[in-house]
Amino acid sequence: MDAKTVEFSTLEKQLINELQKGLPVCEKPFEQVAEKLGTTEENVIEHLQKMLDNKVLSRFGPMFDAACLGGAFTLAALAVPEERFEQVNDIVNSFEQVAHNYKREHYYNMWFVIGTETEQEILDVIEKIEAQTGLEVLNAPKMEEFYVGLYLPV
Amino acid sequence: MSALNTNAVIDESQQPLLSLTAEQQTKLRRLIEKGLPLVAEPYSTLAKQIDASEQQVIQQIDTWQDSGLIKRFGLVVKHRQLGYKANAMVVWNIPDEDVDNIANMLSMFDEVSLCYRRPRRLPDWPYNLFCMIHGTDRELVLSQIKQITKQLELEHIQKDVLFSYKAYKQNGARYGKRAK
Repeated sequence: MDAKTVEFSTLEKQLINELQKGLPVCEKPFEQVAEKLGTTEENVIEHLQKMLDNKVLSRFGPMFDAACLGGAFTLAALAVPEERFEQVNDIVNSFEQVAHNYKREHYYNMWFVIGTETEQEILDVIEKIEAQTGLEVLNAPKMEEFYVGLYLPV
Repeated sequence: MSALNTNAVIDESQQPLLSLTAEQQTKLRRLIEKGLPLVAEPYSTLAKQIDASEQQVIQQIDTWQDSGLIKRFGLVVKHRQLGYKANAMVVWNIPDEDVDNIANMLSMFDEVSLCYRRPRRLPDWPYNLFCMIHGTDRELVLSQIKQITKQLELEHIQKDVLFSYKAYKQNGARYGKRAK
Protein backbone atom coordinates (compact mmCIF):
# COMPACT_ATOMS: atom_id res chain seq x y z
CA MET A 1 0.00 0.00 0.00
CA ASP A 2 2.69 2.52 -0.90
CA ALA A 3 2.58 5.34 -3.46
CA LYS A 4 -0.55 6.89 -2.04
CA THR A 5 -1.86 10.23 -3.16
CA VAL A 6 -2.81 11.23 0.34
CA GLU A 7 -1.42 10.25 3.69
CA PHE A 8 -4.06 9.60 6.31
CA SER A 9 -3.83 9.72 10.06
CA THR A 10 -4.96 6.68 12.01
CA LEU A 11 -8.26 8.33 12.87
CA GLU A 12 -8.86 9.31 9.26
CA LYS A 13 -8.25 5.74 8.14
CA GLN A 14 -10.59 4.45 10.80
CA LEU A 15 -13.26 6.93 9.74
CA ILE A 16 -12.93 6.08 6.07
CA ASN A 17 -13.16 2.37 6.74
CA GLU A 18 -15.94 2.58 9.28
CA LEU A 19 -18.15 5.07 7.48
CA GLN A 20 -17.98 3.33 4.12
CA LYS A 21 -20.01 0.61 5.77
CA GLY A 22 -22.68 3.08 6.78
CA LEU A 23 -23.69 5.73 9.24
CA PRO A 24 -26.03 5.02 12.16
CA VAL A 25 -29.43 6.64 11.68
CA CYS A 26 -30.04 7.98 15.16
CA GLU A 27 -30.15 11.34 16.91
CA LYS A 28 -26.40 11.69 17.38
CA PRO A 29 -24.78 9.50 14.75
CA PHE A 30 -21.31 11.03 15.00
CA GLU A 31 -21.24 10.53 18.74
CA GLN A 32 -21.97 6.85 18.20
CA VAL A 33 -19.16 6.60 15.65
CA ALA A 34 -16.84 8.46 18.02
CA GLU A 35 -17.56 6.04 20.85
CA LYS A 36 -16.83 3.10 18.62
CA LEU A 37 -13.51 4.59 17.55
CA GLY A 38 -12.56 5.85 20.99
CA THR A 39 -12.58 9.55 20.16
CA THR A 40 -14.89 12.54 20.50
CA GLU A 41 -17.86 13.65 18.44
CA GLU A 42 -16.16 17.00 17.68
CA ASN A 43 -13.08 15.18 16.46
CA VAL A 44 -15.09 12.98 14.11
CA ILE A 45 -16.98 15.92 12.61
CA GLU A 46 -13.84 18.02 12.28
CA HIS A 47 -11.89 15.30 10.46
CA LEU A 48 -14.77 14.45 8.16
CA GLN A 49 -15.19 18.10 7.28
CA LYS A 50 -11.49 18.37 6.56
CA MET A 51 -11.51 15.36 4.24
CA LEU A 52 -14.54 16.71 2.41
CA ASP A 53 -12.90 20.12 2.07
CA ASN A 54 -9.73 18.47 0.75
CA LYS A 55 -11.87 16.55 -1.74
CA VAL A 56 -10.59 13.24 -0.47
CA LEU A 57 -14.18 12.26 0.11
CA SER A 58 -16.74 13.18 -2.46
CA ARG A 59 -19.87 13.10 -0.38
CA PHE A 60 -21.35 11.87 2.79
CA GLY A 61 -24.88 10.58 2.60
CA PRO A 62 -27.16 8.15 0.81
CA MET A 63 -26.78 6.33 -2.45
CA PHE A 64 -30.22 6.08 -3.96
CA ASP A 65 -31.32 3.30 -6.25
CA ALA A 66 -32.10 5.03 -9.51
CA ALA A 67 -34.66 2.47 -10.63
CA CYS A 68 -36.54 2.75 -7.31
CA LEU A 69 -36.79 6.50 -7.77
CA GLY A 70 -38.49 6.04 -11.10
CA GLY A 71 -35.48 7.23 -13.03
CA ALA A 72 -33.81 5.29 -15.80
CA PHE A 73 -30.20 4.77 -16.53
CA THR A 74 -27.81 2.80 -18.62
CA LEU A 75 -24.15 2.14 -19.19
CA ALA A 76 -23.12 3.17 -22.66
CA ALA A 77 -19.93 2.94 -24.67
CA LEU A 78 -18.40 4.30 -27.84
CA ALA A 79 -15.50 3.07 -29.94
CA VAL A 80 -13.78 6.37 -30.64
CA PRO A 81 -10.84 6.75 -33.01
CA GLU A 82 -7.95 8.06 -30.89
CA GLU A 83 -7.54 11.26 -32.91
CA ARG A 84 -11.20 12.15 -32.32
CA PHE A 85 -11.25 11.29 -28.64
CA GLU A 86 -11.25 14.81 -27.21
CA GLN A 87 -13.80 16.08 -29.68
CA VAL A 88 -16.21 13.21 -29.05
CA ASN A 89 -15.60 13.50 -25.34
CA ASP A 90 -16.71 17.15 -25.41
CA ILE A 91 -19.90 16.20 -27.25
CA VAL A 92 -20.76 13.38 -24.85
CA ASN A 93 -20.06 15.44 -21.74
CA SER A 94 -22.16 18.31 -23.03
CA PHE A 95 -25.26 16.23 -22.21
CA GLU A 96 -26.41 16.91 -18.68
CA GLN A 97 -27.79 13.36 -18.58
CA VAL A 98 -24.28 11.93 -18.84
CA ALA A 99 -22.90 11.22 -15.39
CA HIS A 100 -19.70 9.24 -15.20
CA ASN A 101 -17.42 9.10 -18.19
CA TYR A 102 -14.30 6.97 -18.17
CA LYS A 103 -11.67 6.34 -20.77
CA ARG A 104 -10.84 2.66 -20.87
CA GLU A 105 -8.26 0.63 -22.74
CA HIS A 106 -10.29 -1.26 -25.30
CA TYR A 107 -11.79 -0.99 -28.75
CA TYR A 108 -14.74 0.48 -26.85
CA ASN A 109 -12.70 3.17 -25.18
CA MET A 110 -15.29 5.62 -23.87
CA TRP A 111 -17.69 4.43 -21.18
CA PHE A 112 -20.33 6.59 -19.58
CA VAL A 113 -23.54 6.43 -17.59
CA ILE A 114 -26.70 8.07 -18.88
CA GLY A 115 -29.29 8.91 -16.23
CA THR A 116 -32.70 10.28 -17.16
CA GLU A 117 -36.24 10.45 -15.91
CA THR A 118 -37.68 8.01 -18.44
CA GLU A 119 -36.56 5.07 -20.58
CA GLN A 120 -37.54 7.02 -23.68
CA GLU A 121 -35.22 9.87 -22.74
CA ILE A 122 -32.30 7.39 -22.62
CA LEU A 123 -33.01 6.42 -26.20
CA ASP A 124 -33.35 10.07 -27.20
CA VAL A 125 -29.97 10.94 -25.68
CA ILE A 126 -28.35 7.96 -27.42
CA GLU A 127 -29.86 9.00 -30.72
CA LYS A 128 -28.55 12.53 -30.31
CA ILE A 129 -25.07 11.33 -29.36
CA GLU A 130 -25.02 9.07 -32.41
CA ALA A 131 -26.18 11.90 -34.66
CA GLN A 132 -23.63 14.36 -33.31
CA THR A 133 -20.66 11.98 -33.24
CA GLY A 134 -21.43 9.72 -36.19
CA LEU A 135 -20.57 6.76 -33.95
CA GLU A 136 -22.76 3.90 -32.84
CA VAL A 137 -23.49 3.74 -29.12
CA LEU A 138 -23.25 0.43 -27.30
CA ASN A 139 -26.22 0.49 -24.95
CA ALA A 140 -25.83 -1.89 -22.01
CA PRO A 141 -28.57 -1.29 -19.44
CA LYS A 142 -28.51 -3.26 -16.22
CA MET A 143 -30.67 -6.38 -16.41
CA GLU A 144 -29.90 -7.78 -13.02
CA GLU A 145 -27.84 -6.60 -10.10
CA PHE A 146 -25.95 -9.19 -8.11
CA TYR A 147 -23.81 -7.07 -5.89
CA VAL A 148 -23.03 -3.49 -4.99
CA GLY A 149 -20.63 -3.20 -2.13
CA LEU A 150 -17.87 -0.83 -2.94
CA TYR A 151 -15.60 -1.04 0.07
CA LEU A 152 -12.11 0.37 -0.23
CA PRO A 153 -10.25 -0.01 3.04
CA VAL A 154 -7.19 2.18 3.64
CA MET B 1 -36.70 15.00 21.19
CA SER B 2 -37.28 12.99 24.29
CA ALA B 3 -38.45 9.74 22.77
CA LEU B 4 -35.21 7.97 23.46
CA ASN B 5 -34.59 9.39 26.93
CA THR B 6 -34.66 6.60 29.45
CA ASN B 7 -36.73 8.65 31.83
CA ALA B 8 -39.30 9.82 29.32
CA VAL B 9 -42.72 9.65 30.87
CA ILE B 10 -44.65 9.00 27.70
CA ASP B 11 -43.53 6.16 25.52
CA GLU B 12 -43.80 7.78 22.12
CA SER B 13 -42.84 4.55 20.37
CA GLN B 14 -46.34 3.28 21.03
CA GLN B 15 -47.80 6.01 18.92
CA PRO B 16 -47.15 5.60 15.23
CA LEU B 17 -45.34 8.60 13.83
CA LEU B 18 -46.94 10.55 11.09
CA SER B 19 -45.29 9.80 7.75
CA LEU B 20 -43.82 12.69 5.82
CA THR B 21 -45.96 14.15 3.08
CA ALA B 22 -44.92 13.46 -0.51
CA GLU B 23 -43.66 17.01 -0.74
CA GLN B 24 -41.58 16.67 2.42
CA GLN B 25 -40.18 13.37 1.15
CA THR B 26 -39.04 14.97 -2.08
CA LYS B 27 -37.48 17.87 -0.20
CA LEU B 28 -35.70 15.53 2.18
CA ARG B 29 -34.37 13.42 -0.66
CA ARG B 30 -33.00 16.45 -2.47
CA LEU B 31 -31.37 17.70 0.72
CA ILE B 32 -29.62 14.45 1.63
CA GLU B 33 -28.57 13.78 -1.95
CA LYS B 34 -26.22 16.70 -1.57
CA GLY B 35 -24.85 15.20 1.60
CA LEU B 36 -25.71 14.91 5.24
CA PRO B 37 -25.06 18.09 7.27
CA LEU B 38 -21.88 17.61 9.30
CA VAL B 39 -23.29 18.65 12.64
CA ALA B 40 -23.89 16.76 15.86
CA GLU B 41 -27.59 16.24 15.14
CA PRO B 42 -27.87 16.12 11.35
CA TYR B 43 -31.36 14.64 11.25
CA SER B 44 -32.67 17.39 13.47
CA THR B 45 -31.15 20.01 11.13
CA LEU B 46 -32.83 18.33 8.17
CA ALA B 47 -36.12 18.11 10.04
CA LYS B 48 -36.17 21.87 10.59
CA GLN B 49 -35.55 22.47 6.91
CA ILE B 50 -38.59 20.46 5.87
CA ASP B 51 -40.85 21.37 8.77
CA ALA B 52 -40.93 17.92 10.29
CA SER B 53 -39.75 16.26 13.48
CA GLU B 54 -36.39 14.58 13.87
CA GLN B 55 -38.07 11.23 14.51
CA GLN B 56 -40.07 11.54 11.31
CA VAL B 57 -36.88 12.12 9.35
CA ILE B 58 -35.13 9.17 11.00
CA GLN B 59 -38.15 6.99 10.36
CA GLN B 60 -38.27 8.04 6.71
CA ILE B 61 -34.59 7.28 6.14
CA ASP B 62 -34.98 3.91 7.86
CA THR B 63 -37.92 3.13 5.60
CA TRP B 64 -35.95 4.08 2.50
CA GLN B 65 -33.08 1.85 3.59
CA ASP B 66 -35.38 -1.08 4.32
CA SER B 67 -37.14 -0.74 0.99
CA GLY B 68 -33.86 -0.60 -0.91
CA LEU B 69 -34.43 2.88 -2.24
CA ILE B 70 -31.32 3.88 -0.36
CA LYS B 71 -28.76 1.24 -1.19
CA ARG B 72 -26.08 2.52 1.08
CA PHE B 73 -25.87 5.35 3.53
CA GLY B 74 -22.41 6.50 4.37
CA LEU B 75 -19.24 7.75 2.87
CA VAL B 76 -18.80 8.20 -0.85
CA VAL B 77 -15.07 8.01 -1.46
CA LYS B 78 -12.89 8.96 -4.39
CA HIS B 79 -11.06 5.75 -5.03
CA ARG B 80 -8.03 7.30 -6.66
CA GLN B 81 -7.51 9.58 -3.70
CA LEU B 82 -7.48 6.55 -1.43
CA GLY B 83 -4.66 5.01 -3.42
CA TYR B 84 -6.88 2.76 -5.55
CA LYS B 85 -5.43 3.79 -8.86
CA ALA B 86 -6.29 0.74 -10.89
CA ASN B 87 -9.91 0.21 -11.78
CA ALA B 88 -10.78 -2.70 -14.00
CA MET B 89 -14.09 -3.56 -15.54
CA VAL B 90 -14.04 -7.30 -16.12
CA VAL B 91 -16.58 -8.51 -18.65
CA TRP B 92 -17.52 -12.14 -19.19
CA ASN B 93 -19.40 -14.10 -21.82
CA ILE B 94 -21.22 -16.60 -19.64
CA PRO B 95 -23.84 -19.06 -20.90
CA ASP B 96 -27.24 -17.67 -19.89
CA GLU B 97 -28.12 -20.72 -17.82
CA ASP B 98 -25.01 -20.31 -15.67
CA VAL B 99 -24.97 -16.56 -15.27
CA ASP B 100 -26.89 -16.31 -11.97
CA ASN B 101 -24.80 -18.94 -10.33
CA ILE B 102 -21.45 -17.55 -11.46
CA ALA B 103 -22.48 -13.96 -10.68
CA ASN B 104 -23.35 -14.93 -7.14
CA MET B 105 -19.99 -16.62 -6.70
CA LEU B 106 -18.11 -13.64 -8.16
CA SER B 107 -19.96 -11.32 -5.78
CA MET B 108 -18.54 -13.16 -2.80
CA PHE B 109 -15.00 -12.00 -3.51
CA ASP B 110 -13.99 -8.93 -1.51
CA GLU B 111 -12.22 -7.45 -4.49
CA VAL B 112 -15.41 -7.39 -6.57
CA SER B 113 -17.34 -4.22 -5.89
CA LEU B 114 -20.11 -4.29 -8.48
CA CYS B 115 -21.61 -7.16 -10.43
CA TYR B 116 -24.27 -6.60 -13.07
CA ARG B 117 -25.83 -8.61 -15.83
CA ARG B 118 -26.20 -6.63 -19.05
CA PRO B 119 -27.32 -7.59 -22.56
CA ARG B 120 -24.90 -8.88 -25.18
CA ARG B 121 -24.70 -6.72 -28.30
CA LEU B 122 -23.65 -9.13 -31.02
CA PRO B 123 -21.53 -9.34 -33.02
CA ASP B 124 -19.34 -6.62 -31.46
CA TRP B 125 -20.01 -7.21 -27.80
CA PRO B 126 -20.47 -10.80 -26.60
CA TYR B 127 -20.24 -10.06 -22.86
CA ASN B 128 -23.20 -10.36 -20.52
CA LEU B 129 -21.71 -10.05 -17.03
CA PHE B 130 -19.81 -7.01 -15.77
CA CYS B 131 -17.89 -6.67 -12.55
CA MET B 132 -15.69 -3.97 -11.19
CA ILE B 133 -12.43 -4.52 -9.37
CA HIS B 134 -10.52 -1.72 -7.68
CA GLY B 135 -6.93 -2.14 -6.63
CA THR B 136 -3.87 -0.16 -5.72
CA ASP B 137 -2.07 -1.09 -8.91
CA ARG B 138 -2.60 -2.85 -12.18
CA GLU B 139 -0.41 -5.87 -11.49
CA LEU B 140 -2.29 -6.57 -8.30
CA VAL B 141 -5.67 -6.31 -10.01
CA LEU B 142 -4.52 -8.63 -12.80
CA SER B 143 -3.31 -11.20 -10.31
CA GLN B 144 -6.61 -10.94 -8.42
CA ILE B 145 -8.53 -11.55 -11.63
CA LYS B 146 -6.32 -14.54 -12.39
CA GLN B 147 -6.88 -15.91 -8.92
CA ILE B 148 -10.67 -15.48 -9.11
CA THR B 149 -10.77 -17.07 -12.56
CA LYS B 150 -8.81 -20.06 -11.33
CA GLN B 151 -10.74 -20.49 -8.14
CA LEU B 152 -14.12 -20.45 -9.89
CA GLU B 153 -12.77 -22.56 -12.78
CA LEU B 154 -13.69 -19.94 -15.36
CA GLU B 155 -10.55 -20.32 -17.47
CA HIS B 156 -12.58 -21.51 -20.45
CA ILE B 157 -14.95 -18.51 -20.32
CA GLN B 158 -14.33 -15.68 -22.78
CA LYS B 159 -13.57 -12.48 -20.89
CA ASP B 160 -11.97 -9.10 -21.29
CA VAL B 161 -10.40 -6.66 -18.84
CA LEU B 162 -10.92 -2.94 -19.41
CA PHE B 163 -8.72 -0.74 -17.27
CA SER B 164 -9.72 2.86 -16.90
CA TYR B 165 -7.07 5.47 -16.95
CA LYS B 166 -8.91 8.68 -16.72
CA ALA B 167 -12.21 9.94 -15.40
CA TYR B 168 -13.45 12.67 -17.73
CA LYS B 169 -16.58 13.41 -15.82
CA GLN B 170 -17.42 12.25 -12.37
CA ASN B 171 -20.59 13.64 -10.93
CA GLY B 172 -21.73 12.60 -7.50
CA ALA B 173 -23.93 9.54 -7.64
CA ARG B 174 -27.08 11.59 -7.73
CA TYR B 175 -29.51 9.52 -9.70
CA GLY B 176 -33.14 9.75 -10.54
CA LYS B 177 -35.20 12.77 -11.20
CA ARG B 178 -33.35 16.00 -11.38
CA ALA B 179 -34.41 19.31 -10.01
CA LYS B 180 -35.41 21.43 -12.96
